[in-house]
Amino acid sequence: MSAAHAALAAALSLCSVAGASAAADAAHGEQVYSRCLACHALAYDRVGPHHCGLFGRIAGSVPGFDYSPAMKNAHITWNDKTLDRFLAAPTQTVPGTKMTYDGVPDAKDRQDLIAYLKGASRSAACVH
Amino acid sequence: MSFLLMPDPVAARRFFLGRSGSLLSGAAVALLAGKPALAAQAGASAGDAQILNTALGAELEAIAAYQVGAESQLLQKPALDLALLFQGHHKEHAELLARTIEKLGGKPVAAKSKYSFPVEQLKSQADVLRFAAGLEQGAVSAYLGAVPLFGNRDLAKAAASILGDEAMHWAALRQALGMPPVPTAFVA
Repeated sequence: MSAAHAALAAALSLCSVAGASAAADAAHGEQVYSRCLACHALAYDRVGPHHCGLFGRIAGSVPGFDYSPAMKNAHITWNDKTLDRFLAAPTQTVPGTKMTYDGVPDAKDRQDLIAYLKGASRSAACVH
Repeated sequence: MSFLLMPDPVAARRFFLGRSGSLLSGAAVALLAGKPALAAQAGASAGDAQILNTALGAELEAIAAYQVGAESQLLQKPALDLALLFQGHHKEHAELLARTIEKLGGKPVAAKSKYSFPVEQLKSQADVLRFAAGLEQGAVSAYLGAVPLFGNRDLAKAAASILGDEAMHWAALRQALGMPPVPTAFVA
């Protein structure tokens, strides 16, 4: 390995460590969630399904919600990892989804959004 | 001068409506409704129809939301006129989207018989305007996220035209709430 390659590998390694250890900012995630408000709400279904109870839920499983066949058959359980992948590129992750949205391209934005959703799904808005 | 700062509500209403009544009319209608062979254009696809249908669903919900606001008796003029004007824009968007979906061979979604809104949280004019502003902000982001997905560039342009209109709604509502109307140089 050349010195240049070694330096690049070291830099990438540092970036990876920094990215992994960056704390999620749920307050910023709430701001990111404002992008979702044309179609989603925490506690009730809109154009998209509600987000209360999202974590651990099987995609396409909210009773009474009119999902695309693609989402019904996606065989995804929503967690940090699957949400991150889906939110990065919804129509590529689940081709045929009705969520015709280009996605949240920034990884930190997604991390913060997921942190917000995780907290919000335990908030008073989700207690019935 | 903002119509919201004008002391005479009648003059304010006339001022506002006179300047905003034709914000959307030209571009999108010409792009879509005036092209009977749109479905045959290169790039238009079933995916495009789905994008438009998702947008139509959101537009229909926005129409219903503004109706809730208008009937809440919490809005006074000129804010009430603002809400009704914006509702009218959403109706124009919805009609155009539905016609275009049909031209693409799709079936437009229908309005739901019942929508859920957080009406228990709407106790003042500011609450209603804040709720509407949130919906409009979300609509801007939704269209922004849809524009890159279209196969047909005319459809992307028309969606961007609607995006611009809804961004103006968002700004006007923020202004009415006493907030900086345009908070950032970019939207996301």
